[in-house]
Amino acid sequence: MDWATLWFVLLGVLLAGYAILDGFDLGVGMLHLLVAKTDHERRLVLNSIGPLWDGNEVWLVTFGGALFAAFPEAYATTFSGFYLPFMLLLNMLIFRAAAIEFRSKVQSDTWRWLWDIAFSVASGGTTLLMGVAVGNLVWGVELEDGIMVGSTLDLLHPYALAVGTLAVSLFAMHGSIYLYLKTEGELQERLVPWMWRTFGVFNGLYVLVTMATLVLRPDVTRHLQTYPAAWLLVAANIGAVMNIPRSIFKGNAGQAFASSTFVVACLVFLLGAALYPNLVPALGDGESLTIFLAASSESTLKLMALIAGLGMPMVVSYTAIVYWTFRGKVKLGENAY
Amino acid sequence: MDVLLLSRLQFALTIMFHYLFPPLTIGLGAVLVGCMSLWWATDEARYEAMARFWTRIFAVNFAMGVATGIVMEFEFGTNWAAYSRYVGDVFGSALAAEGIFAFFLESGFLGILVFGWDRVSRPVHWFASLMVFLGSVFSSVWIVIANSWMHTPAGYHIVEGPSGPRAEITDFWAMVFNPSSMERLWHVWSGSFILGGAFVCSIAAWYVLRDRHQWFAERSFKAGLVVLTLGSWSALLSGHQAGETVAEYQPAKLAAFEGHFHTEAAPLWLFGVPDTEAQEVRYGIAVPGGLSLLVHMDPNHPMEGLAETPKEDWPNVDLVFQTYHGMLTIGMFFLAITTLALGLWATGRLFRYRLVLWTFVGAVLPAYAGNQLGWISVEVGRQPWIVHGMLRTDEALSEMVTAEMVAGSILMFGTVYSLLFVVWWWVLNGKIQHGPDEPVERLPSEAREGLLTVAARGRMADGEG
Repeated sequence: MDWATLWFVLLGVLLAGYAILDGFDLGVGMLHLLVAKTDHERRLVLNSIGPLWDGNEVWLVTFGGALFAAFPEAYATTFSGFYLPFMLLLNMLIFRAAAIEFRSKVQSDTWRWLWDIAFSVASGGTTLLMGVAVGNLVWGVELEDGIMVGSTLDLLHPYALAVGTLAVSLFAMHGSIYLYLKTEGELQERLVPWMWRTFGVFNGLYVLVTMATLVLRPDVTRHLQTYPAAWLLVAANIGAVMNIPRSIFKGNAGQAFASSTFVVACLVFLLGAALYPNLVPALGDGESLTIFLAASSESTLKLMALIAGLGMPMVVSYTAIVYWTFRGKVKLGENAY
Repeated sequence: MDVLLLSRLQFALTIMFHYLFPPLTIGLGAVLVGCMSLWWATDEARYEAMARFWTRIFAVNFAMGVATGIVMEFEFGTNWAAYSRYVGDVFGSALAAEGIFAFFLESGFLGILVFGWDRVSRPVHWFASLMVFLGSVFSSVWIVIANSWMHTPAGYHIVEGPSGPRAEITDFWAMVFNPSSMERLWHVWSGSFILGGAFVCSIAAWYVLRDRHQWFAERSFKAGLVVLTLGSWSALLSGHQAGETVAEYQPAKLAAFEGHFHTEAAPLWLFGVPDTEAQEVRYGIAVPGGLSLLVHMDPNHPMEGLAETPKEDWPNVDLVFQTYHGMLTIGMFFLAITTLALGLWATGRLFRYRLVLWTFVGAVLPAYAGNQLGWISVEVGRQPWIVHGMLRTDEALSEMVTAEMVAGSILMFGTVYSLLFVVWWWVLNGKIQHGPDEPVERLPSEAREGLLTVAARGRMADGEG
């Protein structure tokens, strides 16, 4: 494997880490107003992700930094090409962080209600925008000399919006299962119908988007033709999707969460398989921006691989420590949000 | 307005707002590790209350730093795409290292520091506070390395990339230890200690003046004063070091700092108004030969003047001169008040004079201003280069981004940040007004019985965060 491909895979790992971890806390944010009725319940929902969300978001920041270092051309092209959506995304992320931090710090119903809305809207909006960006990458964008030339409105086509909605339903489902695991009693019971609803919507959209992709962008399966073993991943993914309702039905939410985690990871890797070796596919006759065109020098890719090799085991170990420390049902401690 | 000016304004707005928080959390982090160490060593509930209070203050500022920091990482790509293509190989690597080595560390252990009081043992909690502090320090290391490379690039060569020439790393360690990185890092840490120390002193002095939380306030004030004093002297020394490097590598920037137009023995202006047309400083007072003496140990040593640099390569001299002198004045102010306070402390009169205490209450504002002014002078002083001598700022913009788009984003950030500032101010003020909790002595066996402790305080479902 060449170094550019290695970094393509490593970026996939960072993106999968982000989607799995921030995926559930974005989902929790979307469900916040829908499942938690009292102030006490809303604080429980917030604190179920309280000590974790910040670390989860670092996966996105590191993904951005790694993209900048490994594929500066792609970083520059996509970030400037998706200018307005990214500005909106950044502001939503700011609002979300502020909502989590400030909501419970003041004793006022209006104050808390406003931050609750900000938290939910920003969680859903962040997910939708990221999903639309992914949809555009699969669909292809207007590229000239490696620069995105289309207008912002061109990015809002039905396929991209469908992928965006799929992302929203996926994270909402992932979050509802997570929240079920972290809560007790009445609040937990209220989550059961939400697990079913979000699964239903996700499942429907998943079938729809898969069919649309296969019909409109048949090219995405080209690597699966070359490596038939990769179909096992597709099959495993479908199995994991089917296992979610089975586990919920059997009352085994832990297994349902493991399955939704697997589904999120699988979808990221299938996205990678659909794109490779492109990072930004061009529409029509345009020349796509491939990892080879976009990459930094080989020596830098090697150096970065060394940095990742040193750093990632540490990252995994403290992520594990933090998750272990805050295992079990959520309780409101003195310093809770 | 053109897209260049707007993009620079957008970057200035977002980085200046962001930079209200990281230096504070670095300086405050040091104080916090101190409190946690004292609590662990003495097992005194009063130190626990102290650690808890400063953790709450720390957390609010840390959250603001995180929320506004993500913007910075994205902005290079959104607004400075040509720059990103040109330097991604070098600059991007430092940024990625920051993510991997620093951000995960601080954000992971922050959760344990803030929420772990009833969940982890005291040594683990102490360790978490240390890791959060170290994480923020590592973060400053990588970002200052990346930024210093823009001032004194090293360890790279220019080659033909996929979309034109670009810089690639040839020697990683030369890039990391580029000529200015270590002394600028030292200076950034000094500024952080000044801000952290001044912040703690400000709150503590206010409690003393109001006769509240006596024990807590006096201890905190002394801790803050030590950090502030260290920061002030360290800023002087590191600033002097950094000045010598600027003289060697970016003479035009130093000349703009000092309003030095003609190559001759350079005076040291205490204040003044540079006149770029007449190429002289008006309405000022200067120490003759002062700058030459500082840089070359010889008051008659000639120094390169701004006139040697073509005018199109000049930074904005007025802005650079005034912000630089503002920073210096603030630095002197801190040397003066810390010396005074140490003298009063030595003679047992530290908390006697209300005027001195009020000065410290207000001194947090010049501490913020000093950090901001220093950065304005150094970054505007780098202009018109985005990477000194290599790439001009007007060549670094995104190809497809228009002035309207940038203006829209400034409007959005301006609105959101104003709102955020008000909220931050209000929440922080509430926490300061509330003050530290009364220390609760507890039996050793209770130390880890979180819920019991919380119940004993009767604050279980309380809204207080």
